[in-house]
Amino acid sequence: MPFMPVFLWSDVLLWSLLAGTLGLGWLSLRNALLRAAWRRVGRSRTAMASATLLVAFVVVGMLDSLHYRPRLEAQAEPSPTAAQSVSYGVEVLSALDAALRPLRTRHEKTYSEPLATRLYARESIEVDEGGGRIRQVRDFPRLRYGGEHLGGDESRRDGDIALRLLRALLIAALVWAAIAAVSVVALARRNDCSPGDAWSRIWRGDGGFAWDAVLVMLGVLLLLSTAVAMLASGYHVLGTDKVGQDVLYQVLKSVRTALVIGLLTTLLMLPLSIALGVLAGYFRGWVDDLIQYLYTTLSSIPAVLLIAAAVLMMQVLIDTHPQWFATAAERADLRLLALCFILGVTSWTSLCRLIRGETLKLRELEYIQAAQAFGVPDWRIIGRHILPNLMHIVIIALVMDFSSLVLAEALLSYVGIGVDPKMVSFGTMINNARLELAREPVVWWSLSAAFVFMFALVLAANLLADAVRDAFDPRLAEAA
Amino acid sequence: MLAYLVRRVLYAIPILIGVNLITFALFFVVNSPDDMARMQLGVKRVTPEAIARWKAERGYDLPLFFNGEANGVATLTRTILFTKSARMFVGDFGRAEDGRDIAREIASRMGPSLAIALPTFVVGLLVSVTFALLLVFFRATYLDFAGVVLCVAMMSISGLFYIIGGQYLVSKLLKLVPISGYDGGVDAWRFLVLPVVIGVIAGIGSSTRWYRTIFLEETGRDYVRTARAKGLSELAVLFRHVLRNALIPILTGVVVVIPLLFMGSLLSESFFGIPGLGSYTIDAINAQDFAVVRAMVFIGSLLYIVGLILTDLSYTLVDPRIRFS
Repeated sequence: MPFMPVFLWSDVLLWSLLAGTLGLGWLSLRNALLRAAWRRVGRSRTAMASATLLVAFVVVGMLDSLHYRPRLEAQAEPSPTAAQSVSYGVEVLSALDAALRPLRTRHEKTYSEPLATRLYARESIEVDEGGGRIRQVRDFPRLRYGGEHLGGDESRRDGDIALRLLRALLIAALVWAAIAAVSVVALARRNDCSPGDAWSRIWRGDGGFAWDAVLVMLGVLLLLSTAVAMLASGYHVLGTDKVGQDVLYQVLKSVRTALVIGLLTTLLMLPLSIALGVLAGYFRGWVDDLIQYLYTTLSSIPAVLLIAAAVLMMQVLIDTHPQWFATAAERADLRLLALCFILGVTSWTSLCRLIRGETLKLRELEYIQAAQAFGVPDWRIIGRHILPNLMHIVIIALVMDFSSLVLAEALLSYVGIGVDPKMVSFGTMINNARLELAREPVVWWSLSAAFVFMFALVLAANLLADAVRDAFDPRLAEAA
Repeated sequence: MLAYLVRRVLYAIPILIGVNLITFALFFVVNSPDDMARMQLGVKRVTPEAIARWKAERGYDLPLFFNGEANGVATLTRTILFTKSARMFVGDFGRAEDGRDIAREIASRMGPSLAIALPTFVVGLLVSVTFALLLVFFRATYLDFAGVVLCVAMMSISGLFYIIGGQYLVSKLLKLVPISGYDGGVDAWRFLVLPVVIGVIAGIGSSTRWYRTIFLEETGRDYVRTARAKGLSELAVLFRHVLRNALIPILTGVVVVIPLLFMGSLLSESFFGIPGLGSYTIDAINAQDFAVVRAMVFIGSLLYIVGLILTDLSYTLVDPRIRFS
């Protein structure tokens, strides 16, 4: 095999989370109440535009979650015995790394502006004046890869960029038209009307689903991504950082870290908070007292301090047991998971409290009392009657927590108690870039790139969360 | 009332003991003091003697729970659990890595922390309540919609960007105030203005949106309709009736954080170089000073519990219907 697949813990969890979400989504579509709620989400234009953007982020993140170790090229002619023992590199790469290979490997010397062909600051360069004479000049050195195809003629850069953008526009328009045509035909077939009708219905906004928002967002995304892809083959679209790494590559890698933190944290704490919340609410008495004591105690420790203490201890644990990890990626991954777990421990209490309150309310309802009177065992009442009715709280919690967790990651990584410093994340990017604004000339691109991507991700998550909460919260849904 | 208060305070004790046990487990059971010594000393200089000396200097060479070598009460008091955790209840936090007394250090750093946190809190509260009332006044108009969108956008920006951007704009480009630093006395205001303003702006988004929801819920009530029917102006209805009645849910979220203001803010203190408790905590985290982090966890929980009790008390002040017995 040309590579050895590596299954990091967070990969497995992310993929199973994706499968679980799809499965749960399918299940919840069979429940009439939840289906109605999802319909309300689907009707909202902002929610659907945000969802499209989030799907794009998720695709990037999931591509980045297929890890492998490439096979090392054999040094000498392989003998028949050596063919059995193939050695793999210690560097763990992902499918995204493979797709972005040029971005990953084309390192410059240091900072360079977006789309630049030269470094950001003057340096002494040696110019060969012919005849063996070498003169030292202070000038902006030419980049090794940025605008390499232009050769010596850098004045062609603007024209080249415009041409690439034009080509990107054309491709994006074609792809978008194809997608739009397919969806119009599919809609027309489902609604039994002509494609023209379906087309006008999409833009009038009726039909119960905000297709217009999805199509517009898709168009914008296609345009941006093809433009970036077109430019990225010849330039550093978002510039390079201090050690000459491409900023675009780092930003794309940060997406996975943010997704892992935002999604897995809730996933890890979900079983605990549901189980304890239901137990406390259903059985009451001393069980309730005990669980309440547990979460009051945990929630009375300020979250940042608890996280700091736990992460410090985790660092000691990881540093004193290096034998547990085969590669640096595995260590960083386990640290990321541990961070998710710690964040989960500090945030499960509020969900647990909500679930306890809802269970207390549910257990007094007639159908549950009827089930009890019939002698249905407690665990079946919980499984059949209580858990399904807690679904909406769980869904709301999942989407509401996402954005705050992504923001928390940046803060914690800045404080030094976040992800592994070698792991690319928005927090580490900001942390590395925070002194760059004080430089002369100002290095603004790393920070701006992190800002724009993080803002887009969190804003989309917030908007979607609002729509989901409005649709699933029975109190708000009745008012609407 | 007094009986209720006493009961609440008594209830706080088992919680504090629980917090103490959790931190104890985190700091001494998950990792043995030997591991911590190895981490602190670095890989190269680890010898059994160095570890023993490191532990002895910090008093970590005692058994965890039970000292079999001592007699009488000392079997329990000559342990890490007692010397490091139980002593926190009487305000003895031990010494930091640099040898200074943690309790004294905390006392001297509370002032600068409060100097930022208190104005940020008060101004932030006033500004966001006003904005929220304005949004409610213009409810269901484009102004309201734009305001809510702005709030969501503002709360989607990480606090780090507010600070970095604000420092760059105000201190570096406009050169209005110094970038960072602190000064005792009246001159401190030059260093405090920027962190306070940035703190207020960073918090506006989420709090305005939250207050707006609370106010909107209140405007649907019967007493509001009555007030309108009496012919009161909309402003009078909002400020005299809605605001007062909305105080109860607002107090739940607000009073709890008042005692925590003493802890300062991690981010702005470290960015603006203010010698408060927040930067003390960050320095301790970076230097892996376990004793300081432990002390801060304990104090933070203590203040939070005080905040919970204060919240209950404030209910009786704003809502005469609530009587605790």
